[in-house]
Amino acid sequence: MTNLLNWVLALPLIGFVAVIALPKSVARMVTLLLSLVVFVMSLGLVAPFLERGNGNWFVTDVPWIQSPEIRYHISLDGLSLWLVILSTLLTPICVLISWKYIDTRVKEFHAFLLLLEFGLIGVFVSMDLFLFYVFWEVCLVPMYFLIGIWGHDRRIYAAVKFFLYTMAGSVLMLVAIIYLYNKAGTFDYVNLIDLMQRGRLTFTQTEQFYLFLAFFFAFAIKVPLFPLHTWLPDAHVEAPTAGSVMLAAVMLKMGTYGLVRFCVPMFPQAARQNADWIVTLAIIGIIYGALVALVQPNMKKLVAYSSVSHLGFVVLGIFSFNQQGLDGAVYQMLNHGISTGALFMLVGFLYERRHSLEIADYGGVSTPAPALTTAFIVTTLASVGLPTLNNFVGEFLVLQASALVNIWWTVFAAIGVILSAGYMLWMVQRTFFGEATEDLRHHMADLNPREVAAIVPLLFLMLWMGVKTQTFLPYISQANARILQQSQSGVEFRAATPNPEAANGR
Amino acid sequence: MEHASQQLWLIPLLPLLGFLINGLFGRRFPNLLVGLIAVGTVFGSFLWVVKSLQALGALEHAHVEHYYTWLESGNLNIGVDLMIDRLTAVMLLVVTGIGTLIHIYATGYMSHEGGFYRFFAYLNLFMFFMLTLVLGANYLMVFVGWEGVGLCSYLLIGFYTLKKSAGDAAKKAFIVNRIGDFGFTLAMFLMFVHFGSFDFKTVFDKVAPMAVEQTAGPLTWIALLLFVGAAGKSAQIPLYVWLPDAMEGPTPVSALIHAATMVTAGVYMVARSSVIFLRAPEAMDVVAVVGLATAVMAATIGLAQNDIKKVFAYSTVSQLGYMFLACGVGAFSAGIYHVVTHAFFKALLFLGAGSVIHALEGEQDMRHMGGLMSKIPITFAVLACAWVAIAGVPPFAGFYSKDEILLAAHHHHPWMYWVGVATAAMTAFYVSRAMFMTFFGKYRGHHHPHESPFVMWGPLAVLAVLSLAGGWYFKIPHFLEPLFPLAEGAHDETLVYISVAAGAAGIGLAWLFYVASPALPDSIANSLGGLYKLVYNKYFVDEAYNAAIVNPLVNGSRSLLWRVMDAGVIDGAVNGVGSLSRSIGGFVRLFQSGNIRSYAAWVTLGCVAVLVALGMAGGR
Amino acid sequence: MPSAVPVSWYLILSAILFGLGVAGFLFRRNIITVFMSIELMLNAVNLSLVAFSYQHNQTDGHIFSFFVMVVAAAEAAVGLAIILTVFKNRSTLAIDDVSSLKN
Repeated sequence: MTNLLNWVLALPLIGFVAVIALPKSVARMVTLLLSLVVFVMSLGLVAPFLERGNGNWFVTDVPWIQSPEIRYHISLDGLSLWLVILSTLLTPICVLISWKYIDTRVKEFHAFLLLLEFGLIGVFVSMDLFLFYVFWEVCLVPMYFLIGIWGHDRRIYAAVKFFLYTMAGSVLMLVAIIYLYNKAGTFDYVNLIDLMQRGRLTFTQTEQFYLFLAFFFAFAIKVPLFPLHTWLPDAHVEAPTAGSVMLAAVMLKMGTYGLVRFCVPMFPQAARQNADWIVTLAIIGIIYGALVALVQPNMKKLVAYSSVSHLGFVVLGIFSFNQQGLDGAVYQMLNHGISTGALFMLVGFLYERRHSLEIADYGGVSTPAPALTTAFIVTTLASVGLPTLNNFVGEFLVLQASALVNIWWTVFAAIGVILSAGYMLWMVQRTFFGEATEDLRHHMADLNPREVAAIVPLLFLMLWMGVKTQTFLPYISQANARILQQSQSGVEFRAATPNPEAANGR
Repeated sequence: MEHASQQLWLIPLLPLLGFLINGLFGRRFPNLLVGLIAVGTVFGSFLWVVKSLQALGALEHAHVEHYYTWLESGNLNIGVDLMIDRLTAVMLLVVTGIGTLIHIYATGYMSHEGGFYRFFAYLNLFMFFMLTLVLGANYLMVFVGWEGVGLCSYLLIGFYTLKKSAGDAAKKAFIVNRIGDFGFTLAMFLMFVHFGSFDFKTVFDKVAPMAVEQTAGPLTWIALLLFVGAAGKSAQIPLYVWLPDAMEGPTPVSALIHAATMVTAGVYMVARSSVIFLRAPEAMDVVAVVGLATAVMAATIGLAQNDIKKVFAYSTVSQLGYMFLACGVGAFSAGIYHVVTHAFFKALLFLGAGSVIHALEGEQDMRHMGGLMSKIPITFAVLACAWVAIAGVPPFAGFYSKDEILLAAHHHHPWMYWVGVATAAMTAFYVSRAMFMTFFGKYRGHHHPHESPFVMWGPLAVLAVLSLAGGWYFKIPHFLEPLFPLAEGAHDETLVYISVAAGAAGIGLAWLFYVASPALPDSIANSLGGLYKLVYNKYFVDEAYNAAIVNPLVNGSRSLLWRVMDAGVIDGAVNGVGSLSRSIGGFVRLFQSGNIRSYAAWVTLGCVAVLVALGMAGGR
Repeated sequence: MPSAVPVSWYLILSAILFGLGVAGFLFRRNIITVFMSIELMLNAVNLSLVAFSYQHNQTDGHIFSFFVMVVAAAEAAVGLAIILTVFKNRSTLAIDDVSSLKN
């Protein structure tokens, strides 16, 4: 229990307990410092990748529950690495942006934030299906409270909707996990993959289809894939800023991460057979999300629908089943985390000043608040996929990947890119340009140092990830190559076995 | 790579440095320092271009420099590569040279405006992206520059942030460009599917041995999609609508971005891809026809505009059409030739117009001008140089390049030549009309015109010299011969005389209308009635686009997708599941009365039922 | 071993006792009566347990019946205490009047 990953995972949990135990007055400071420490420590996770390339590093594999055999098995590979760092980066930033915004139940808020971080990191590093499921559910609880307690007017409705939607999916996933256990005798992801690779664990076509569907459904709700997305706008609009940021930036990635980590390598045949309609849904989501975002009068809803559109690209990339597609998808997850997280933060800044999310209540913000405007425009440009900023790289790879499979996918998905320019710029124009009213001018102070400290790291990352992709992409690529190879050999094996039902992995 | 590294990265990076300094700290700098930094960095990259070109000598082969890998994934590998060949050299000199002049001019023009530092930061950023576009050695690098200049164009058109029309125009420009970029990206994706690379060299080496496509195949599709991109950036039918609106930006922007450099990027890209286009004759025909149609249509609109910048804007669209006509008929070098000469005289026209507007404190309507020749003589003199150049009067700049294009068009299809000549006549007419309305007759405004300062007319003078002598001095087609073999065909003197005569006729007619008998235009406009209205309102294209595309999209999204689909169908289904569970729960709740005896009764009944069932089943 | 009384008779008696207990539990309103009905049911079960134990010549049934008796005794102690308290507070032993936990 001494390796770095365990500490990165455990510290937020320790912090959760500590914040509850400590007096209210120090809650912010403790959380901030602790999450910063976790972030700095998580940067250390990159070390073995730099030295030895991709692999499963920081493995801890000890028994947790004897019967059924559930293990505390965690490790880190190129796929998880940046997602973990994204979570640890955003937590201190969320503390910063909530500094003034959250003024009731401060202690509980920060405790939940740390619990959320714990759950998120856990999801990304679990190598045991049951452990994964536990962390998956752990994330749900703090987010439910973040929305339900510190949200806006319709927060209860939104929180319950969020909870029920996600539960509906995850229960199915649990059924599938238990079925897998009954069949294979293990919850261990590495073992399962190994058994499948060596042909000791096989499924009939129907079996694979239903297992795939159960996992896919849970992840698709989380992504969210059209038409399972309607919880997202409500949750975002009602959530406090920090909640929106965590939700958009990291929690949605749990779904796409699950697709890459579990659906593709474990059920390759079913994934390929169902790719057509999934991609169709993803493309519908891309265009649909963009079109609906175009007409939203509410900023947060607009950004939420834009998320539906952006996440469609991720799904499209995953189900293109080639290197560029997976790389682009994973890169796009990170990009979306940073740029949409930043967008929600900036919308939150506006809200703190004007106490409104309606675009119509703004106009001419650029005059009193030039720095805020600049940050917003840069983030917007990243979000619409301007080259040299991060989103372009992901979108480009995904579109290129889909072009290799079917050029029509690309044609339709690229329409979403055009539309994204439309809704984003329209919002920017109506919010920031024009004449500012006297009232607005009075309320609209420019960014203060705390806000600058929160937003600048993200702006910097947008540029870095757009210009110097080689810092991040090789590890992702290597991890994806392994997943692709796993899914490939699975398919070949299936083709070579005349009667797949004969072998049973037990 | 025979030559040592020339550190080409310095060329785009210098303006980027200027952008960073001015953008971050410019607010606290005095205007003079901001101007110095902005002009200095652009002039620095001009000098570096000259130095590199001297070091590279004759440039028989392309000189490529690789810096680092930008993007690698599977078999996709894109480097940050810069390249110089003869085509790049021409573009580089034009961009940095004219860029420097316009920067100098802008320090004078913008001196009274707010946001001085912001303006120059954007302008420098534009130079960075434009130079990346020109220098890029693969399609993706070009695309980076391509999108970047679009962004700067967006920022600069919307520079006057308080004006709603400026914001609208900026947004329109960006989105229309995005539609073009849609084509460009698809072309790139197809290219990768078929050739597995984005590098110019790799792609062209693979395309070169391919046969000319007789029917539409991948090359035709790639070429057509590339042309969609070019049409967006270079304002061709049907995507030209953004350029006239783009005149909302400050005049130096109109000169630099929307006349001299960015809008010619499309022509550059088509010329750069000539290897592909030459093997796709059907795509070439499309390019030529669209170019010609744009040239004619924009020229007719230009005839009836009263805003001096709008006249020149439509003139730009029209001239860009000419350039595409050249590319479409295979005379790529003539197209680039026209890019260069057009950069000279159109930048001059815009800057001169800016000088006029500056003199009249913002007045842009030519009906409120007139008789300015004596009041601002220097401006008149330099504008006159641009006038003769664009009208195709020999031996000035426009004459040479237009001549090349028309001859190539005649060689391709004689009717294209005749349409081109008619357009040339119209061009001469509307430019002359603008000149006459502005400088001749009696002054009709109420401002007090004053001549512009030296920083403004100095660059104008340089451009004036280039407009006069540039065509004769720079033999671009000859220089580009290694890349684009000169079109064969006899140099028919008669055709040259005809086109010159057409230009002269245009000037003469304008003189008749606007100087000799000023009442004539109105009576003609009245007699033409509907036709005049159609042209004056730009064929109602904007209105048609709004009615056919924008409004259905917005209204459809709002009422159908959002309200009906999202709120109605999907949420309805979800809430339906919710209320179903509730009603099931409500029914089941009846059994949970909390009365133990009723539970016991149910238990007893259940036992009895089980016993009876067992009994019926036969005991065992 | 002479078996004067067949096991089935014990079982029939047990069933009758159990049925009386159920009827008492369901239909009587006095808490003490209900309570006694429960005891009756328990003892009915005890009877059948012992009867089976006797028939199979095993001690399991005896042991179980002892368990039941111990539980019944404990139950009687706690239950009677509760009933006494209820009667003190409410001055009634009618079971339907003591339903304040419901709703």
